[in-house]
Amino acid sequence: MLTIEHLTLQLPYYAPWWRRRWAEVLSDVSLELHPGEVHAVVGASGAGKSLLAHALLGLLPEPKRQTGRLTFHRQVLTAARQRQLRGRELALIPQSLDALDPLVRSQRQVSWAANRAGDARANAWQAAGQALTHYQLDERSKQAFPHELSGGMARRVLVAMAHVSHAQLIIADEPSVGLDPQQRDRVLDALAALARQGKAVLLITHDLRHALPIAQRVTLMRQGRCVETAFASAFQGDGDTLATDYAQALWQALPDNHFGVTPTAQAQNVA
Amino acid sequence: MLNAYRLHHAFADQTAVLDNVSLSLEAGEWLGLSGHSGAGKSTLGQLLAGHLAPQAGTIEVDGEALPRSGLQPVQWLPQAPELSVNPRWRVKRILEEAWTPPAELREAFGIEPGWLNRYPGALSGGELQRVCVLRALAPGVRCLVADEISSMLDPLTQLALWQALREVVDERRLGVLVISHDAALLERLCPRQLTLSEGRLSPSVRHGAQSA
Repeated sequence: MLTIEHLTLQLPYYAPWWRRRWAEVLSDVSLELHPGEVHAVVGASGAGKSLLAHALLGLLPEPKRQTGRLTFHRQVLTAARQRQLRGRELALIPQSLDALDPLVRSQRQVSWAANRAGDARANAWQAAGQALTHYQLDERSKQAFPHELSGGMARRVLVAMAHVSHAQLIIADEPSVGLDPQQRDRVLDALAALARQGKAVLLITHDLRHALPIAQRVTLMRQGRCVETAFASAFQGDGDTLATDYAQALWQALPDNHFGVTPTAQAQNVA
Repeated sequence: MLNAYRLHHAFADQTAVLDNVSLSLEAGEWLGLSGHSGAGKSTLGQLLAGHLAPQAGTIEVDGEALPRSGLQPVQWLPQAPELSVNPRWRVKRILEEAWTPPAELREAFGIEPGWLNRYPGALSGGELQRVCVLRALAPGVRCLVADEISSMLDPLTQLALWQALREVVDERRLGVLVISHDAALLERLCPRQLTLSEGRLSPSVRHGAQSA
């Protein structure tokens, strides 16, 4: 559905005397998303995961230098097409709950999203109500302002907005951060359900362990590069079918596994 | 060493979030605390560290009540480090607020010299969290309350943080209360674990201790 080929992104920073320099924040990133699949992108903070999401949607501010090719449904994804498809074919579930308008009740916000995707106003209101019910928000929460919702509920309002937009590709940026286990599982289940409907879901997270049950494939990112793309099933046992030391070290470091650094990882100083 | 006796704490709507809770933490002990969101884990942590005053009950460290001012012997490490630093202080001033950590420790916690001149906003959450943990290890501190300090970290950074902390804690025989939703992490770190539910503490149901 979406193909990313050799995406390289440079953003400016300003050295002393206001000379502009370019920092390479994404280097030669390639991946492919398929319909019906949850594809997790996992990495430490600063690995470039969120920048990747924003680059896919064309949300990065100028100036920037971007090379490589993005293809969506076999058509090249240009800036103009990104603008046209955002909120319709491509949806972002942003990391920050500040993305909700603090002065607008949940159902109204979700109906805006439906409206943008082409629903007539009356239908949009109804679709918004149904979507919120689908994500287990009751009548009271539908008429609540964002500050009256818990973190998990607000997150589900954002998921509902992606749901009503009928988007084929959904990019979820750290959707489980700051949620307790029950809320987290509900949000992740909601994403898995979207994939089962035939959508492609790009799940951006630092939480490898909880991405694995719902993801089919996992791409590990580190310092702006794709280290490895593996099937989620490769993360099991000692992880010895994983191709790179970084992937093995990440897997071994989980408290459910060795909670230790493997000797090879230490030797190469991957941590 | 740290003894809390019959703590009671209720919020404005009268529901008791802690109801006659007693707890003791020995020097060098790692104690795990789990419970649902809103069960009162963080409230208990803040009471122990003197950030909140209990409505009833006593808290003592080595037989003495918590001091009213100065360095607190129990340090609370919150989940969100960005909320526990002054955004207008540089990292060096934040780190050296209570003591000057030696360079070896800075290195063990992966704090790079280049960060010291920056403002906290220029560090990531994981980087700032390490600064806050090291800041809290001043001499005179006896206990730490680590409240979900690694939930925003990737597995390798999480492991590095706990390894560095474990070295210092075991050397100085500090007591550590680890608050977490992550059962596997508690299992790794803490031989004894408690669950807080409906205002009461009970021993956690566990499947045998392991050590890393």
